[in-house]
Amino acid sequence: MLALQGDVIEHLAALEHCGASAFAVKTPADLERVDALIVPGGESTAVMKLLERSGLGRAIVERTRAGMPLWGTCMGMIVAAHDVVGLDQPTLDLIDITVRRNAFGRQNDSAQVELAIPALGKAPFPAIFIRAPWIERQGRNVAVLAQREGRGVMAREGNVLATSFHPELGTDARVHQYFLQMVRQQGKASTAA
Amino acid sequence: METGTVTVKRGLAQMLKGGVIMDVVTPEHAAIAQEAGAVAVMALERIPADIRANGGVARMSGIELIRSIMDAVTIPVMAKCRIGHFAEAQVLQQLGVDYIDESEVLTPADDNYHVDKHAFKTPFVCGARDLGEALRRIAEGAAMIRSKGEAGSGNIVEAVRHMRAIGDAIRELHTAPKEELVARARDLGASVELVTEIAREGKLPVVLFCAGGVATPADAALMMQLGAEGIFVGSGIFKSKDPKRFARAIVDATTHFNEPEIVLEACRSLGASEAMPGLDIRQLTEAQLMAPRGV
Repeated sequence: MLALQGDVIEHLAALEHCGASAFAVKTPADLERVDALIVPGGESTAVMKLLERSGLGRAIVERTRAGMPLWGTCMGMIVAAHDVVGLDQPTLDLIDITVRRNAFGRQNDSAQVELAIPALGKAPFPAIFIRAPWIERQGRNVAVLAQREGRGVMAREGNVLATSFHPELGTDARVHQYFLQMVRQQGKASTAA
Repeated sequence: METGTVTVKRGLAQMLKGGVIMDVVTPEHAAIAQEAGAVAVMALERIPADIRANGGVARMSGIELIRSIMDAVTIPVMAKCRIGHFAEAQVLQQLGVDYIDESEVLTPADDNYHVDKHAFKTPFVCGARDLGEALRRIAEGAAMIRSKGEAGSGNIVEAVRHMRAIGDAIRELHTAPKEELVARARDLGASVELVTEIAREGKLPVVLFCAGGVATPADAALMMQLGAEGIFVGSGIFKSKDPKRFARAIVDATTHFNEPEIVLEACRSLGASEAMPGLDIRQLTEAQLMAPRGV
């Protein structure tokens, strides 16, 4: 768990519930000890500054490009994106998507939505959107896994997963399980390699 | 689709955890705050130290000012209404601010009752000096709690007192035998349901920030180690001699509160710039104190 700022303990609790061991990552040395990384919800401008100041941003890019599974929720999606519409905001450029920040509106428009996510099965997923971004453009190798109001809100490109909503605030663990499955597959792939 | 639910109202505060929320009085201040790594800004006409100095009645800020600050930054914008002034809160909700602070820093509009915050889609943050106050505000619908501290004083002692009082009371409830909970709810002036929930979980059901008197990076690190989940800085940044440096140093110290080498670096980065001047709270008269407003 990237733990510079945001809803870290909610993700840690969800991972623990799924039987995974997880801990807070604040420095490049912490990063060396993990197999995968979740970038939580939070404020993307604040966290990008902290990633740049600490050198942790560069380390995350290196590990992720080398195959480490990474999942960004809301802020994490923005941090992982290629770029942000209309803003000269730096990102880590780990998944080929362009995102629009606060796309569904300000806090008064934050909402709980029943979302169809075929990759997780038939039952809709109770998704919590908070000042959430949407995907404005995706590259050819990006699979959009869920849409809300015709806009991409969950996407995957190889070892990188992004959701604009917050599975960690609810009790449905299917997205966490989906990510852990990605981590297990990556583990097998790297052992084989 | 459901908006304004308890989950999304409390949820935004969860996204702000580990961060610093800064009082700003101009769009330029707001941009400096965002650039330094603030997770949100509080749009105000005057920072608490100036409200204190000017006296008179302090009200909700001008709409044009709040709007200009909302336009200047992409991070959430909070604004204050007077305690009990639900019409000011309605105006702020209509304006579309992201969080409303029903604040003792402004002159209270109602000396008995707070706003019914369940009636709003916009989430509220409220101040508390102890667990009883915190639970009463949560019962009224607050989605986030902060210590009151003594705003504009540059003196951390009140915030420490409030954070310790809240933390101690929670720990005590967490270990209390079940048969004591009804009597403890009576003593706290809070509902049995909430008291039972705190006793079970060992924490508040909403995010708890520190506010009031934070003036240095070490103040921020102190409050985080005392259990605050984030920091409000009022006068501490824009009453200092070098707001940009203070803003960044307080953000760094908040993120890395338990790594003294980084807090040292944050302190060192201030060079010879001075923190805001401080007040001895014991020298203030009862009428000058803000924390006892709205219990």
